[in-house]
Amino acid sequence: MIWIAIRMLTGDAQKFFGLVFGIAFSTLLITQQLTIFINLLERGASGVYNVSSADVWVMDPVSRTTDVAYAMPSTALDKVRGVPGVEWAVPHIRAQASVRTKDGDLEGVAVIGVDDATLIGLPKNMLEGSIDVLSQPDSVIIDDVGMTRMFPGQSPIGERLELNDQRAVIRGIADAIPSFTSTVVLYTKYSQALNYVPGTRNRLSFVLVGAEDPTQAKALSEKIERETGLKAQTREEFARDGVDFIIENTGIPLNFGITVALGFIVGVAIVGLTFSLFIRDNIKQFGALKAIGVTNGKIRRMVAAQAGLVGLIGYGLGVLGTVGFITAFSSDPTFKGFYIPWQIPLISAVAVTVILALTGWLALRSVLKTEPAAVFR
Amino acid sequence: MATKMDTTAIGGCNPEAAICTRGVTRDFQAGQQTITVLHGIDLDVKAGELTFLVGESGSGKTTLISIMCGILWPTLGEVKVFGTDIYDLSDDDLVEFRLNNIGFIFQQYNLIPSIDAASNAAVPLIAQGMDRLEARAKAVAMLEKLNIGDQADKLPNQLSGGQQQRVAIARALVHEPRLVVCDEPTAALDAASGRRVMDLLREVAVAEDRACIIVTHDNRIFDMADRILVLEDGKVTHDGKDMPEDH
Repeated sequence: MIWIAIRMLTGDAQKFFGLVFGIAFSTLLITQQLTIFINLLERGASGVYNVSSADVWVMDPVSRTTDVAYAMPSTALDKVRGVPGVEWAVPHIRAQASVRTKDGDLEGVAVIGVDDATLIGLPKNMLEGSIDVLSQPDSVIIDDVGMTRMFPGQSPIGERLELNDQRAVIRGIADAIPSFTSTVVLYTKYSQALNYVPGTRNRLSFVLVGAEDPTQAKALSEKIERETGLKAQTREEFARDGVDFIIENTGIPLNFGITVALGFIVGVAIVGLTFSLFIRDNIKQFGALKAIGVTNGKIRRMVAAQAGLVGLIGYGLGVLGTVGFITAFSSDPTFKGFYIPWQIPLISAVAVTVILALTGWLALRSVLKTEPAAVFR
Repeated sequence: MATKMDTTAIGGCNPEAAICTRGVTRDFQAGQQTITVLHGIDLDVKAGELTFLVGESGSGKTTLISIMCGILWPTLGEVKVFGTDIYDLSDDDLVEFRLNNIGFIFQQYNLIPSIDAASNAAVPLIAQGMDRLEARAKAVAMLEKLNIGDQADKLPNQLSGGQQQRVAIARALVHEPRLVVCDEPTAALDAASGRRVMDLLREVAVAEDRACIIVTHDNRIFDMADRILVLEDGKVTHDGKDMPEDH
């Protein structure tokens, strides 16, 4: 009977493709929007993810994220270095600046100053050049967002910038995870960064800490807090705070939530309507089957098989569409590093199942209510 | 012409009767009003006969045939089909009983448009759980018996009305049911075509161990019946080989 059910469905090409389209569209909308949402959220932690070697981040107690930080006095570095369990501690500065290109364009940038001696604080990988270029005078390393935005179609290596009225020369390109706002980032040595950013009494944004035992990072962060009075967070904690900050302070969860809900509603509407039409068109055949001796249980399985087929094909197409979208835009810095967490297709699958269960149940009701005797009327 | 209100023993079923109804009454609700469509029908239908159930629209023949084949519950009374009190069966058992014992030929055929003629004819066998290809082979054999074996691979919309009806007949007979119920088989046909269909039904549907009931009000084919039951206002008013003269 399942075969008959499938043939009944596929034999009506218009409705079959309508159903598949409805599910595919819903899946695409839900999967794609959730993927963008999750990846954008994770951008809130990009500043932390880009510094893979730090086990603990130490900051002023009022600091919240890598971009919302209150500067500390430079003595904080020595305090942290004096805490037992700290293998190394290096200064890290993050500040906003304005840059003017040789063409006269103005761009707001983030300047990140990394430890002069160890260069801890730089992204792990370079797209072009080596991290050693920072030893040259006025050197900065630009991230790939900056390269694409400020120097489209050309290499920025050797380009001179006017950074807060001071000379800077791009000598490398970092392969970094873009920030939530896709701000251009310039990396330089800590001592050089102090020259680039406007002077205030305290300018140390963070102290990056390597633990003697990285598995005890949490205990170390608590010890640092107790002994220094500063705020210390493990890498994971601080990354999560960056994500939470975006959730709490931007409208994107609501906006993306609305889009995902719309995807669901559109799915229910298209699939529900089409499914109902399909069932209505075949109600006489279903009635005849019931009269002949097909049980309601078998009818339920037939409709479930029809819904399952539509779901499988539509869902597959929707997920493939999302993969295609992510792949097609992967070279765009806005979508750089975007991936589809396994939970998202699972969520979409649940949504599709709910859509089909709901619409299938609504459609099925009319079949189950049909009296077999109706075929004689 | 003999007119018999009921020739069977009241109060008990003849064990040889294919179908036996006793005191079958059926009410319908129309708003606050209760309409009694059948009034205590007692009758026996024998196997090996072509039995016509005849009556005007609204006489209750569709209701009676629906009750006799187990798709509509009577308000009162009992119905035995080949000795089984079908309304004593559970819902699932009754559905299974229909599947195994009754073949239906609907007026509008109700073929599934997206599967071919052979698969349509094979539906009861597939519903019984038979392997699809095996069921299809049996259905093709039945179609050949009905002289449309060469149309087995065609979809219903590629067949003429007469061919579609033959497919519907094949579907009703493929699982060798003991009761065949046929609803207005000639309603949409001209006289000659109607008689050909009736000849065909007599040839393939009537058997010694099978009862065949035809619901009709087509007076062009009354002479082809072995027995005619006339229903008027929910009562059997005539039971005989021929139609009463006043009809």
